[in-house]
Amino acid sequence: MERSGFLSIGLLIHLKQNPPVVIPVIAGVATAISGRINLEPAVPADIAIRRAEASARRGAIGDHLFYGLTLLFAVLVLVILGGVAMTLLTGAWPALQHFGFGFLFADVWNPVKERFGALAPIYGTLVTSAIAMLIGIPVAFGVALFITELCPRWLKRPLATMIELLAAIPSIIYGIWGLFVLAPFVQEHIEPLLIGTLGAIPGFGRLFAGPPLGIGVLTAGFILAIMVLPYISSIMRDVFETVPPILKESAYALGATTTEVVWQVVLPYTRIGVIGGILLGLGRALGETMAVTFVIGNSHHVNASILQPGTTISAALANEFTEAVGDLYMSSLIELGLILFVITFIVLAIAKLMLLRLERQGGR
Amino acid sequence: MSVFRTTLLAAAVAALCLPGPARAAEISGAGATFPYPIYAKWAEAYKAKSGVSLNYQSIGSGGGIKQINAKTVDFGASDMPLKPDELDKGGLQQFPMVMGGVVMVVNLQGVKPGQLKLDGKTLAAIYLGKITKWNDPAITQLNAGLTLPDKAIATVHRSDGSGTNFIFTHYLSSVDPEFKDKIGENTSVEFPGGLGGKGNEGVAAIAGRTDGAIGYVEYAYAQQNKMNFTQLRSHDGAFVSPESKTFQAAASNADWSKAPGFYLLLTDQPGKESWPITGATFILMHKQQTAPDKAKAVLNFFDWAYHNGGTMAEQLDYVAMPQNVIGAVEQSWKQIQGPDGKPVWNGPAS
Repeated sequence: MERSGFLSIGLLIHLKQNPPVVIPVIAGVATAISGRINLEPAVPADIAIRRAEASARRGAIGDHLFYGLTLLFAVLVLVILGGVAMTLLTGAWPALQHFGFGFLFADVWNPVKERFGALAPIYGTLVTSAIAMLIGIPVAFGVALFITELCPRWLKRPLATMIELLAAIPSIIYGIWGLFVLAPFVQEHIEPLLIGTLGAIPGFGRLFAGPPLGIGVLTAGFILAIMVLPYISSIMRDVFETVPPILKESAYALGATTTEVVWQVVLPYTRIGVIGGILLGLGRALGETMAVTFVIGNSHHVNASILQPGTTISAALANEFTEAVGDLYMSSLIELGLILFVITFIVLAIAKLMLLRLERQGGR
Repeated sequence: MSVFRTTLLAAAVAALCLPGPARAAEISGAGATFPYPIYAKWAEAYKAKSGVSLNYQSIGSGGGIKQINAKTVDFGASDMPLKPDELDKGGLQQFPMVMGGVVMVVNLQGVKPGQLKLDGKTLAAIYLGKITKWNDPAITQLNAGLTLPDKAIATVHRSDGSGTNFIFTHYLSSVDPEFKDKIGENTSVEFPGGLGGKGNEGVAAIAGRTDGAIGYVEYAYAQQNKMNFTQLRSHDGAFVSPESKTFQAAASNADWSKAPGFYLLLTDQPGKESWPITGATFILMHKQQTAPDKAKAVLNFFDWAYHNGGTMAEQLDYVAMPQNVIGAVEQSWKQIQGPDGKPVWNGPAS
């Protein structure tokens, strides 16, 4: 009974994760394994039954406790989340009432005259995260692929550890490094190049207009790309390693090249995990504070050029929260926090929908 | 707001209640980050002498004002003085503790520290974006004998809310009506352009790397990092360099007697020697004290710091309050009273 339950869950997972072609193979393997577990122990039947009953009683109490405990933790998370949402909402209420929906679209941030609008921080948050993803995803994909598929065995572990170490560096260190090392490099080498090449294209070139300052939206995007890299790449690496060797070997045996194996076996098999990793990275990029604050230039104005200074929601909060005096000012900052909360929620919701659609396609 | 405040309060109360036994010989304060290094140094020396320890949380002036109003600390600290009516509303007493100043720094090839001369009007025009080149006549006429390049001025400002911003914008607002009208004074303001750096180090790093940049940092920071500072024209027309002598001059020449609640900003003070962008950082205490012994311990500490802390302040490039101001402050402490209506502090001897 129980075993068949496991098997059906296992099958379900396969159905979710695998394109139809590979299912029969896996199902076969699973049956083989469960068949092997099905061996009877060499103990007389009555003793075995009594033992089983006793352990079942003990197990029942333990199960109840365990259930209660896990339920408690799960509810706790919901309560905390609700508390955060409530605090943000009540804190932002004066600003919500005062500015209404106009808050989202106003490009103004003047604490002296108490006129506030969130357009510049929202724009900055989305653009820096987009740049981070644009750079971070391909690099992380390459890194993960190299480590799982192509890397010589002796290099595998040191390389993986070093990439994961990137995630252990505190963000303030990234900020200082960005300010003193990356920004000058971007200013001297990358930005002049961008202005000279992409900046010359009519229309599109406006994205790369202005003097090379080194401090701005682009540099913030670079820093974020480096910061999200370990998150995305280590998850990609983990899911790439779940691909059964038999699948890859079969593909190779049919004469597929490495590229074909990656695109037609590894990626389809792991796409849910890959998307999960990307979303984890995106979540980090949207909320990252300190490193961005140091290199983005902190200007509360929307600027078409990504070489110019901007700001993000978290950077604005980090800069101004401690010294904000005045209810409307404080409330506007809290509303910024609420907006970030909502943006993150929307991103996660879109992700869930995407995964659901993928699962349905996979199950067909 | 109220839920938020209650949560903060609860957290603060919990934090204060935890170290129970040490409470008797401990005074607590919270607020401004700018004076934190000197408060910490004073606290260490004072503990060695008297056994009383100070727990100071540098959470920012806004937080300091909130905490003293909520009575979770013995004193609050703010870089921006409260106006007399705000003091009355909270039943608070305010006094200046130690001074610092704001220094203009530039990044111009061929210009050595202290060579460039500027005045308030020109500075305001630069930050308003009206003067955009270094060889603008407004700048060159102040600097006869110095050749200035035909280079764009890159303005750098503090992006984080800070007392430095407040003192700087207060100075420019008091010398230039247009600046006051368009930008105004606050711990954080909306500049029309330029780059924003977080903290002194952020401003210094950006200004240090951007050719033709001008920025403003705390005096102590400029001093310790040997930055390329400028001279400024004082209220009485002489050019002065930022040093403790010129900060002291600004404080001594200020007319404290006409400032109720010591609401006085030391910018643009009279006197030839007065550095125009000087500012004090302030202490806030409740006038009605429920625990007079505690309040007395706090005032004893400040009294000790006024009279014995000057050298330590100078080592850290802060500026001690001049004697005449200390006298006036200690006179004002008579208004801090216990439940019996008597002043809690009657001079250092008792």
